[in-house]
Amino acid sequence: MKIKRFPGGLHPPEHKSTAARAIEPCSLPDELVIPLAQHIGAPAEPCVVIGDTVAKGQVIAQPRGFVSVPIHASSSGVVTAVEPRLHPMGRPLPAIVIKPDGRDAWPDGLEGGMNPLLVDPLTLPPSRLRDMVRNAGVVGLGGATFPTHVKLSPPGGKKINTLILNGVECEPYLTADHRLMLEEPERILAGIDILRRILGVERVCIGIEENKPDAIAVMRDACAQRDIEVIALKVMYPQGAEKQLIFAVTGRQTPSGGLPMDVGVVVQNVGTAAAVADAIIHGRPLVERIATITGPALVEPKNLRIRIGTSLRHLVAECGGLREEVVKVIMGGPMMGHTQLSLDVPAIRGTSGLLLLDKNAVATRSEGPCIRCARCVSVCPARLLPTTISAYARRDMIAEAERFNALDCIECGCCAYTCPARIPLVQSIRQVKGAILAKRRLS
Amino acid sequence: MTEQYYLSSSPHMHSGATTDKVMRDVIYALLPACLTAVWFFGLAALTTLLLCVASCLVAEAACLKLQGRAQSTLADGSAVLTGLLLALNLPAAAPWWLTVLGGAVAIVIGKQVYGGLGYNPFNPALVARVVLLISFPIQMTSWTAPLASASGVDAVTMATPLGEWKTAVMLTSKLPAVQPADYLNYLTGNMAGCLGEVSAVAVLIGAAYLFWRRIITWHIPLTFVVTVAVLTGIFWLVDPTRYPDPLLHVLTGGLLLGAFFMATDMVTSPVSSTGMIIFGFGCGLITVLIRLFGGYPEGVSFAILLMNAATPLIDRYTPPRKFGAVGEVVR
Repeated sequence: MKIKRFPGGLHPPEHKSTAARAIEPCSLPDELVIPLAQHIGAPAEPCVVIGDTVAKGQVIAQPRGFVSVPIHASSSGVVTAVEPRLHPMGRPLPAIVIKPDGRDAWPDGLEGGMNPLLVDPLTLPPSRLRDMVRNAGVVGLGGATFPTHVKLSPPGGKKINTLILNGVECEPYLTADHRLMLEEPERILAGIDILRRILGVERVCIGIEENKPDAIAVMRDACAQRDIEVIALKVMYPQGAEKQLIFAVTGRQTPSGGLPMDVGVVVQNVGTAAAVADAIIHGRPLVERIATITGPALVEPKNLRIRIGTSLRHLVAECGGLREEVVKVIMGGPMMGHTQLSLDVPAIRGTSGLLLLDKNAVATRSEGPCIRCARCVSVCPARLLPTTISAYARRDMIAEAERFNALDCIECGCCAYTCPARIPLVQSIRQVKGAILAKRRLS
Repeated sequence: MTEQYYLSSSPHMHSGATTDKVMRDVIYALLPACLTAVWFFGLAALTTLLLCVASCLVAEAACLKLQGRAQSTLADGSAVLTGLLLALNLPAAAPWWLTVLGGAVAIVIGKQVYGGLGYNPFNPALVARVVLLISFPIQMTSWTAPLASASGVDAVTMATPLGEWKTAVMLTSKLPAVQPADYLNYLTGNMAGCLGEVSAVAVLIGAAYLFWRRIITWHIPLTFVVTVAVLTGIFWLVDPTRYPDPLLHVLTGGLLLGAFFMATDMVTSPVSSTGMIIFGFGCGLITVLIRLFGGYPEGVSFAILLMNAATPLIDRYTPPRKFGAVGEVVR
């Protein structure tokens, strides 16, 4: 059988040295900085003030609007500040600062969650389950942090028939989802059962890249009694991009500008499924996640279970500190992650990884002219002409860039990765996308 | 403690590919053709190759200096590559001044006047070849027999197989006789022709390297060669006494060198695979028309240059179909 994949893409070196490292707990930091903006949509509104004592899992900020989720204290302690702090997006943004009391205690002496469910979750109505998902602050943990309850609320008329679990983890270096599938498949499956109940879908698939045969085997084993397909996918970046994954699994092309639900599909990351299970079964909100702390500058790369709000500096210390001078700090993977100004930035719900690069791993080379080699064209998974759009973008020819479908760019970075002339292709396309959207808002 | 980290927009990894490496790979791929040229034509070939490369480098350096641009791009290998390609398109007996002039024309008129690497609409080496062919037809078509020095003579002139055929058909309306053994010579390069045209095997070894290194794709060369083979095959089937067989068309003249090394020039060929196929077909069609009905025995250079001119148009009408497109096409 032909291995499933999407058009375009490439295969960068994997660097997944932490694949064999079991998930470890991370120690409690001295301070938790919990930003109010950790998801796509409106930031949450604080509902605690300085001096308040909070329990682990307590709501400290309320959602604003439908596309928003509450934020919870990730450990017990005292609120010491509600003020702007440096955010992973590169500027100070409002955050709630908590000084942990060291007890890490859930409210009312509960263990491991807020209010454990005493009935079978699958007997609850979908709307109730959806509300519970939202109240637990669950967002897409693949990195995009789109509120999960929104994805689980398809507007009337959109019939969803397929749920795809994203276990691809195509970004180099990252192994958090891989370890989750190996170590805690039952959490994922419990989440899948609930997601299936909410969406009422017939078909459920788990997509995993072929470079994780152990995870494929574990998940196939775990799914033996269930009607769930585990699909091995070709190792090809960006296989984990939503529309590319849908195409590889179902052969359906999500229309340009459309959403997966337009082709009857909902995609959830495997980590998100596990968070849904925690939320419903244990009443445990999204206060921690698994992240890969890695990179050549680090002494001992690890997969850690981290509390939301833990500083990157604490995570580095937890991994034995630095062995080389760090020249680039990246939150997320090397293909789509964001560089950080400082290690004094908190890990947030979308932090799938922390990558510390030394000078050998950072390419600095000057740009040359485009020789029209068309490598960017052949790797572009959106099937665009990156070099053409980029040339327009860099001349501020916004209308032309739009005509060449700049907005269809998924910013995977394959074009810039492969460009022999080192032209910042995706970078300039990203900028022109902003300009196009700004122009649209004005008109 | 002050920490300073690089800030940049993703991706933070790179394939390691550089323009220099691309150029170097093409240069390596030309080495078999260069070596066979020296084997068959001796010192004359070596001189032509070196002189042509030197001329291109000097012309490039002069242009960069005049434009006040960094000399560092001299090391990108593109001028060396142009020099080698032009030399391989010259006859072994080309006088030194012709070679030097050709190199200068390629770089100055073929490349730098448009803005240098990446901006030239036409293949610089082919621009030079055609300028020389039109300006100095005698010198450009004085072919020496291969391995002449081995026979103790300085130079023996002889016609290329395609030239021989054209002359014979014009004079007698009949094909000259081709022996089966001749094909073996066409394959190895034991015939008259430009330095790089003669050995099909050497060109194909280089082409295999380019495929392996993923510098070129099959689209242009395969379409080009197949088009020539099919079209000439049709004529041969209709009248084998008047038209040479497709094998002769493919193995002799500049077809293989042109198809694998000149038509595939990235700067001057389309970017999409559909565009490349159209480009390859156009090259093949024009080559056949010139070879069978034109005044020149060979038409590969003209065909590629004409299709170079069509490249922007082809690119415009063959954009890739974007992922998730619902009946939309860019114009």
